[in-house]
Amino acid sequence: MTAIITSPETVQETGPAAPAPGRPWRGLLRQPLGLLSAGYLLLLVVVAAAGTLLTPRDPEADDLAHTLSGPSGAHWLGTDRLGRDVFSRLMVGSRPTLLGVAEAVLVFVVLGVALGMVAGFAGGRTDRLIARLGDLVLAVPGIIALLMVLAVFPDNNAAAMIAFGLISSPSLLRVVRAVTMAVRNELYVKAARLSGLSTPAILRRHILPRLAGPVIVQVSLFAASAVLAETALSFLGLATPETQGPSWGNMVGEAASVISVDPWLLVPTGGMLVVTVLALGLLGDTVHDLTVGRARGSAVRPVRRPRPAVRTAVAVAAADVAAAVADGAPTEQGAAAPLLSVRGLTIAFPSPEGEVTVVRGVGFDVARGECVGIVGESGCGKTVTARSLVGLLPGGGRVVAGSVAFDGRDLADPAGREVARLRGSRIGLISQEPMSGLDPSFRVGSQLAEVVRRHHRLTRRQSRARALELLALVELPDPASVARSHPHELSGGMAQRVSIALALAGEPDLLIADEPTTALDVTVQAEILNLLRSLRVRTGMAVVLVTHDWGVLADLCERAVVMYAGEVVEQAPVSDLYHAPRHPYTLALLAANPHLAAVGQELPAIPGTVPPPSAWPAGCHFQPRCGYATEECGAGAIPLVTVAGGHQARCIHVDRLEAAR
Amino acid sequence: MVREAIRWLLSSLVLLFVVTVLTFVLVAMAPGDAAKAILNARSGGYTPQQYQEMRRMLGLDQSLPVQYWHWLDHLLHGSMGTDLFNGQSVTQALGSRIGPSLSVIVATLVVSGLVGVALGIVSALRGGVLGRLVDVVSLGGLAIPNFWLALVLVELFAVRLAAFPATGYTPFGTDPVQWLRGLVLPVLTLSAGAVAFIAKQTRDAMSDVLSQEFVTMLRARGLSTRSVVLKHALRNAAIPVVTLLGLLLVSLLGGTVVVEDIFAIPGLGQQAMTASASHDLPMIEGVAFLFTVVVVVTNLVVDVSYRLLNPKVRAS
Repeated sequence: MTAIITSPETVQETGPAAPAPGRPWRGLLRQPLGLLSAGYLLLLVVVAAAGTLLTPRDPEADDLAHTLSGPSGAHWLGTDRLGRDVFSRLMVGSRPTLLGVAEAVLVFVVLGVALGMVAGFAGGRTDRLIARLGDLVLAVPGIIALLMVLAVFPDNNAAAMIAFGLISSPSLLRVVRAVTMAVRNELYVKAARLSGLSTPAILRRHILPRLAGPVIVQVSLFAASAVLAETALSFLGLATPETQGPSWGNMVGEAASVISVDPWLLVPTGGMLVVTVLALGLLGDTVHDLTVGRARGSAVRPVRRPRPAVRTAVAVAAADVAAAVADGAPTEQGAAAPLLSVRGLTIAFPSPEGEVTVVRGVGFDVARGECVGIVGESGCGKTVTARSLVGLLPGGGRVVAGSVAFDGRDLADPAGREVARLRGSRIGLISQEPMSGLDPSFRVGSQLAEVVRRHHRLTRRQSRARALELLALVELPDPASVARSHPHELSGGMAQRVSIALALAGEPDLLIADEPTTALDVTVQAEILNLLRSLRVRTGMAVVLVTHDWGVLADLCERAVVMYAGEVVEQAPVSDLYHAPRHPYTLALLAANPHLAAVGQELPAIPGTVPPPSAWPAGCHFQPRCGYATEECGAGAIPLVTVAGGHQARCIHVDRLEAAR
Repeated sequence: MVREAIRWLLSSLVLLFVVTVLTFVLVAMAPGDAAKAILNARSGGYTPQQYQEMRRMLGLDQSLPVQYWHWLDHLLHGSMGTDLFNGQSVTQALGSRIGPSLSVIVATLVVSGLVGVALGIVSALRGGVLGRLVDVVSLGGLAIPNFWLALVLVELFAVRLAAFPATGYTPFGTDPVQWLRGLVLPVLTLSAGAVAFIAKQTRDAMSDVLSQEFVTMLRARGLSTRSVVLKHALRNAAIPVVTLLGLLLVSLLGGTVVVEDIFAIPGLGQQAMTASASHDLPMIEGVAFLFTVVVVVTNLVVDVSYRLLNPKVRAS
């Protein structure tokens, strides 16, 4: 994220779903199935080109003594009803099919790529004209077109296949147009145009390489359908009839005519077709996977969790984690048991290099009605920690150690049943992106009523009424009209109010608010914060607020947990954190806070960036960026120490920090 | 809304015009003509005079635009002319053949829609082995040529097991049970590829929806997996899948040609093949017109359901 655009290569590496040019070929070598398919197809082309040069027997030589003989040493795939060698005939018969496919593919590619690039690059009227034309051609019933062409050019395979390529080309056109448009609008291409690179040069250097992957995918899938079309026409006797020599299609037709006597003949003829189409499909799939990549795991898919034994084993194995777990507890919390008690929470995500720990030994308590903030820079594990509290870690992430006790129940239980029961009813969640948190297809009122009914025994009518009450509770001016709206009709602030109403539908004891104001305008931010504050007073619910904004923190929270690179580095009452931070990271964060900076002074930034979980340094995670760092900081795990009542810091230099103040 | 309707109507008319004109031109370009075909069929030979007479009778001596104009004029009066060979009205001939084709197409759509969507959902949820199995099945389903599969099915289920008739079609009105039994093999033939296609696309659409933030939030609000998947995710995934069902329907028009040929079903596909082989212009025009109407109506249905499913499009 920090990389500044320096060259096309960096942009392509970081851009989503940006296929790297030239990659498909190299990647293909590592995919056994794709490679096998490519090899088979290459062999097929050689066989088709060689004709009778390679056939073990004369494909036209009758042997009436050995008709329909079945496979034997002399005839590997048997003989047909005239005793001709099926294997040799299949080899020769590949020629009309491959030739037809080649003709169709040629037309398909030339039309699709040329028109698609022109449409995508030119835009405007040209684009609309080409798109309309493409729609028109796509709407022509293909079979009618083929029958007509074959009526004009009887038995003419080439004419039919050229027509097939023509009527199919709009599908490639669309793909090429979309890619061209996307590339054209990218910053580096715009920059290249501004700096005077000519259009042909841009097309050649920037657009064509990016097209290679998608075009290969489309072409191999189209070629597969062309094989099926060519052989179907030949089977029906409309193109390449038997009189023109063997073809795969008319060989299946021949097999059909003797099916009752010798069903075997269907096997080699059909098998050849299936294998060829399969090879083309696999080739397309492989290139697709290499260029576009597979969709990541879904949120609903149950993640296979290791058995509890493994979970403890992991916890014991990591010595420094164990140290962190031991002191992951905050200090005196009053006599009453806390509502939420997190201890030694360690979360890992799968990665190609094995599981990576992203949160380690996190511990904190939340009392009933209390508001606790979690602060830190992006990438410190705040959101992951918050999501783990409701058992909804994305992308296969899992709690590998530690406990989350909510009102005496363990929510970190690997089966996740306990937490599923509490979700929505006792723990609510609101997210950073209010809009994308709402189902776009349903009206707000029906989404809200469904959640209400899930948590309360109410009739439909009652739940609709309750939904309106909830919308009024979050201070939406016209609840009835909001209830009738679809999410896309709401503003960001309204959407966040709706998602708060949704979180409140089950009347939870704990609300987890994950950066609830980050995506909103400044004025709307203040409104949402006011709403949250008044809701706390009215409902008495506890809140865990994830934020990187000290203003929000000071506004709403009594206590705060500062996280850095997956660990809790400090926690204290908010006023103590403001006035007497005891960890250099907290100090640096406060210094970088625009709310507190003196006017006219340069805002000090923390040098460097948060290291990714794979690059956490030994010992203190913050030491590479820390002005107080000494050699001891990297020696071993740093314990969380209590520096004052309710105030803990994970630093061995707390005293120096105190002195410097 | 009105503007959309007008746009649809205009583009449909343009498409119908283009297809029927092209058909006219192509038929006129085809070697040999209907006059020769009829005379040959009747008496095996003809004198030039007979030929000219026949051409005049069929209206083939007139210029192409005039011929087209006559056809269009008839069409606007509800007639598509008569079959050049047996004098049957084209409208009637096609009408009698719609039933069989429609039965095959609709049954295939229903079967492949239900099975494909179900398979797609299950594989999107489970991933792992089942996901790979759907991958393999869908690749296989797409790779098996339908004409070959039809032969294998006939050999297995009609010849060996005698479970279903190998050929022919019984109208629903005559005998519903026979009607259903006759449809099994043709529909199975066309469904193999269609199920594969729908399953794969549904899986991709579902995986895409399931990884979206709102699904996580629905779960955070305590909704059951059943509601999250079958109500919310499916509703959103349905948008691309409906478009695919439309595409599938159009491609099934081509599939009927093969299936009706192999299973000897007297449908539109068979009619299209015989008509194009015999230069029976009114019949060819009739089939082309009808198929294009099916495409146009399908596009309309897809467009309307797209609007119903996607509130964002509905609004704009």
